[in-house]
Amino acid sequence: MLAKRIIPCLDVKDGRVVKGVNFVNLRDAGDPVELAATYDVEGADELVFLDISASHEGRATMVDVVQRTAGEITIPFTVGGGIGHVDDMKRLLRAGADKIGINTAAIRSPQLVSEGARKFGSQCIVVAIDAKYNSEWGEWEVYTHGGRNATGIRALAWAKEVEKLGAGEILLTSMDADGTKDGFDIGLTKAVSSTLSIPVIASGGAGRIEHFAEVFEEGQADAGLAATIFHYKELTIRQVKDDLLQKGVEVR
Amino acid sequence: MIAIIDYGMGNLHSVSKAVERLGYEVRVTAEPQEILEADGAILPGVGAFGDAMQNLGNTGLDEVTRFYADSGKPLLGICLGMQLLFSKGEEHGDNAGLDLLPGEVIRFRGDYKVPHMGWNRLTFRQESPLFNGLTEGHVYFVHSYHARVANPADLLATTDYYQDVTAIVGRGQVFGMQFHPEKSGELGMRLLDNFLALTGSPQVAQR
Repeated sequence: MLAKRIIPCLDVKDGRVVKGVNFVNLRDAGDPVELAATYDVEGADELVFLDISASHEGRATMVDVVQRTAGEITIPFTVGGGIGHVDDMKRLLRAGADKIGINTAAIRSPQLVSEGARKFGSQCIVVAIDAKYNSEWGEWEVYTHGGRNATGIRALAWAKEVEKLGAGEILLTSMDADGTKDGFDIGLTKAVSSTLSIPVIASGGAGRIEHFAEVFEEGQADAGLAATIFHYKELTIRQVKDDLLQKGVEVR
Repeated sequence: MIAIIDYGMGNLHSVSKAVERLGYEVRVTAEPQEILEADGAILPGVGAFGDAMQNLGNTGLDEVTRFYADSGKPLLGICLGMQLLFSKGEEHGDNAGLDLLPGEVIRFRGDYKVPHMGWNRLTFRQESPLFNGLTEGHVYFVHSYHARVANPADLLATTDYYQDVTAIVGRGQVFGMQFHPEKSGELGMRLLDNFLALTGSPQVAQR
């Protein structure tokens, strides 16, 4: 059967990996291509590069990073961050990215999802959804701009909508769990994953080894994404996979 | 020299980089002469069956590919490229394939997630030079349609996704891999390497 996937995420700014909390106090953490290659060797199933460059030059540098990465690693990788047009998608896919991720742009122009899916195939289109629980509604709300702006859109409905538009996969980040290291948001992940017929990558909250088994078994996630715990070497991918194997979860 | 057939669809960069890394001279080309001269050819593919066959028809590369296969030199179809080798595919209506392998390509149907996306385990069904020195392991799949061989002898490996799914096929010197060997870690590279070894193409370097 299909294995569950462990996916490290790298924030890239102007061609360098950066570490920081909520995009403040960013420190240079190395060359993305080198780090990608290391994760490949360490057993990562896929990688996500999030381009947080603010400038045009920074974005152009990303294309170079993608090209060099594609030549170095033997696992699939997704690039997201600032993609607003089909041309951006084309440039990155041609440079060697396997999938592209869109977030705010999809909300602004949902047809970007269908256009991208039609042009490049659904399997290339990952829609990232940042969600936070809205206690008034009793369900989750979609946030944009790094989880800062409330949109008034219901997360489950939005997820179903993008699936219909042609998204191949959802990268679901819980704004409630993100940064807490108290575990993935099981409620949110399960609610979205059980509703959709496309894979869901859970993101936000990973802090301890057992969090992964939890999000796969209870959360019904297809993949688990984490940045901090892997970057700061609090956990290795091998440790996570060994724990999952022990618990009967299929991994590579 | 290994030719990667460029008919406008497919992750040409990743495939050619992988072949290069394994030490072979590689050319991404749409030139019939160049393709026919190659020691081995790879038909990549990402996208829809119907669109692909249309592109292959418009460029004349469908004939070139058939001609190449007839020449007896090794040909490898990857992902959609493997599916195109078959007789027909039902994506966006009934489309004729290259008909190098008898069989058809049908959609995944059932109460499970589609596309079949991620790492899944190979089960070798027969001996093949592609499996030299290898043990079964996981490779990376991403597809919504899958092939059904008409001739069981052509089925070299399967994977399990709510049913036996055709993963590797081979008939004479025509091979197909439903997964992306260039995206499947060490096992993927070794499978690709074993295919390239069949071409007898000289290795120019090894990284």
